[in-house]
Amino acid sequence: MSWWRGGLVTTALLIAVPVLVICASLTLPFSDTWRHLADTVLQDYILNSLLLMLGVGAGTLVLGVSAAWLTAMCEFPGRRFFSWALLLPMAMPAYIIAYTYTGLLDFTGPLQSSLRDTFEWGYGDYYFPEIRSLGGAICMLSLVLYPYVYLLVRVAFSEQSTALLEASRNLGRGPWQTLFQVALPMARPAIVAGVSLALMETLADYGTVDYFGVSVFTTGIFRTWYGLGELQTAAQLASFLLLFVFALIVLERASRQRLRFHHNSERKSPQRMLLHGWRGIFCFGLATTILLLGFLLPATQLLLWAVKTWQQNIDLAFLVLVANSFLLAAIAALCCLLVALFLGYGKRLHPGKIEASAVRISAMGYAVPGTVIAVGVLLPFAWLDNHIDAFMRQQFDISTGLLLSGSLVALVFAYVVRYLSVSLQAVEAGLARIRPSIDESARSLGSSPRRVLSRIHLPMLRGSLLTALLLVFVDVLKELPATLILRPFNFNTLAVRTYELASDERLADAAAPALAIVLIGLLPVMLMTRNMAGAQRIND
Amino acid sequence: MTSQLALQQVSVHYGNFAAVRDVSLDLERGQIGCLLGPSGCGKTSLLRAIAGFEPVSSGQIALHGEVLSTSNSQVAPELRRVGMVFQDFALFPHLNIERNIGFGLSGLPREQRKQRVKQLLELVDLPGYAKAWPHELSGGQQQRVALARALAPEPEILLLDEPFSSLDSELREQLAGEVRDLLKRNNVTAILVTHDQHEAFAMADHITLLQDGQVAQADTPYNLYHRPNNEFVAEFIGQGSIVTARVDQAGRLDNQLGELDKDHHHWHAGDQLRLLLRPDDITHAPNSKKRLRVTGKAFRGAHYLYQLELADGQRVPCLTPSHVDVAIGEELPVHFDLRQIVIFDR
Repeated sequence: MSWWRGGLVTTALLIAVPVLVICASLTLPFSDTWRHLADTVLQDYILNSLLLMLGVGAGTLVLGVSAAWLTAMCEFPGRRFFSWALLLPMAMPAYIIAYTYTGLLDFTGPLQSSLRDTFEWGYGDYYFPEIRSLGGAICMLSLVLYPYVYLLVRVAFSEQSTALLEASRNLGRGPWQTLFQVALPMARPAIVAGVSLALMETLADYGTVDYFGVSVFTTGIFRTWYGLGELQTAAQLASFLLLFVFALIVLERASRQRLRFHHNSERKSPQRMLLHGWRGIFCFGLATTILLLGFLLPATQLLLWAVKTWQQNIDLAFLVLVANSFLLAAIAALCCLLVALFLGYGKRLHPGKIEASAVRISAMGYAVPGTVIAVGVLLPFAWLDNHIDAFMRQQFDISTGLLLSGSLVALVFAYVVRYLSVSLQAVEAGLARIRPSIDESARSLGSSPRRVLSRIHLPMLRGSLLTALLLVFVDVLKELPATLILRPFNFNTLAVRTYELASDERLADAAAPALAIVLIGLLPVMLMTRNMAGAQRIND
Repeated sequence: MTSQLALQQVSVHYGNFAAVRDVSLDLERGQIGCLLGPSGCGKTSLLRAIAGFEPVSSGQIALHGEVLSTSNSQVAPELRRVGMVFQDFALFPHLNIERNIGFGLSGLPREQRKQRVKQLLELVDLPGYAKAWPHELSGGQQQRVALARALAPEPEILLLDEPFSSLDSELREQLAGEVRDLLKRNNVTAILVTHDQHEAFAMADHITLLQDGQVAQADTPYNLYHRPNNEFVAEFIGQGSIVTARVDQAGRLDNQLGELDKDHHHWHAGDQLRLLLRPDDITHAPNSKKRLRVTGKAFRGAHYLYQLELADGQRVPCLTPSHVDVAIGEELPVHFDLRQIVIFDR
């Protein structure tokens, strides 16, 4: 009993170390650099972060809710196709879509070039919006993050009981009034939860804002660490970012609480509005536009670039890159799964307040930006390295140098902190499906808890475990900022290579690793599509 | 005088399937009607057609003289002045009780709306709940809020779709009686849909029993029980057995059932008859020479419900006071009362 509790609490504490370190950095004295930052750029960071959140919040809200409304409540040509295809932008990491659109819309890009050719304009003869700006970053992030809103709101819409919508009609409201006064307000918790998830990703983004030159917290942390070499100041900056994150966590948690009350017992899925003629065409056009901008257009551009440059880029070095990425992602996914199994099983065997909060604390990482986690990992590992080094020198006269902080151990630990919640969610969902009475009957038939795990749970959980592995694998593969900070010297991954090539303005060359990431990113989208189709079948 | 609700030959189709066929129905102002029947009989489809959620494929629906539905025109649900209490109550979870009830009163000025909501909360005996949320109320309270919300815009007719089905069985009949009193006091015309005959009896003045989308019998509760039109009605309403018997020249029935009144219009010598025997048609008579073997019995508190076997093996029910305790396999002395007997055409 106490062994489990001790294990759970220790795990939770270990997982919480990076965040605790960042929070603790606030108690340390502020350096001159900090004062300098505070005087010069801190306001910019705060203002830009707020503007970015505001823009992406509005963008994902409009895109996500209209996509959900179209596919859940309307019937128009292509609805079935769009209901899964509109998830595709999830496969596109924000930094990759940013590189692609820059290539498309830049001065030398195909669009502006053809405009100049057609109208015989020269440089400076015309106005064209600058994609590498705050507005551009808002558009890019909205285009790939709206599926968070879409997924949750779509479920909310399709679970709304028909009777509620009919009650509104019965009480004198027309169809549009019913949408705005009943359906949308009832979906509000789902909308808020979805938007807060999208905003967490926005705060965590580094690749897009860095490339577009927008000064926000993440770029500031990088600059402070790499440019000024001030790890402690970087940590203090990170703690400010955490404040924003905590606000979002509170918002999301509260909305999920309210979702419970909004859940209706009547599971009749609403009748879809049949849209013919120009209305149907309008819906089709809207859905197509979202899909085109969020996935098809950038994916096509990547493909064209990759085809053009593959001979220079697909070589031994590229294969090493792929191998590195896969190995790292696989190790991280496995570690996450093992920890998640330990936590999920401990909580199940010993339901208690302490155990439950230990598990909840361990799952906090999903909201914490990779940059913050990386800095929070670097500080304690560097401290540990210094002490080991000093000890070894004293005792054996050997210098161990950066034993841990420059190794894959630090990186994998950061991944576990960041993505544990993903595998934990899958594992807990799987465990919840196994009724407690199954546990109890196995125990009463003489099985030890360990035997129950290996003989009953593991076989029954196989699907959930594979899901957990796959989701973390893909997330790690796409991860950029933490990998940039923590990777061992000269150790490259697909994401890092894409970033480096794009930073050198070799966008066409970056297409090969970028396309590889997008293709692998399609896997979880396919998985979700399958689950969605399954849920639909049950509902029908 | 025109009736409040008039259905003429109404049919509702889902594709080729006829859920409702040629149903006609009239309801006077202040009357409470009931659509009764087993699941799948089309009662809910008909109710939804009246509310405007299903189109009618033929016939017409008129309310207070205004035609609402024909096969080629439908008044939109929001323009019908038809109130509805949904099976799961369908209270808006994002609005508190006050705003739920006020939802249909958007045309009224603020003050008046507040006044009306207050008045309705008192009507359904929930004063002080204005600021509560739907999920904080019990099932019975939610039901009363749903009723108040439907009544708020003063509809021409109130539709109740299985309004008691999600409540405890003990609450049901009590609530049905209370709702009936409330509707009668306020002279509300209403139609109830239910599969539960006790609910129907407790609420309705007039019951339309549906079978496979058609009217099996439209009548008062008393007539449905005592004068069923056909065997479906007899079997659906109340308890009882239908037995076959032959009548002879003297009016005597074979299988020990006794003598039929010669005035009975079904009496023809030598005819094979189908008789409906209610449990109260056969009574315990300690001195009777007629004795039937007991094949089953169920304790009902105040009564025993016995299953008795006739000489030819057909079985009939018998209700006795619960002090009459005869073991299965033994014989029970009985008396047949055939004065009110129901006989069906073959």
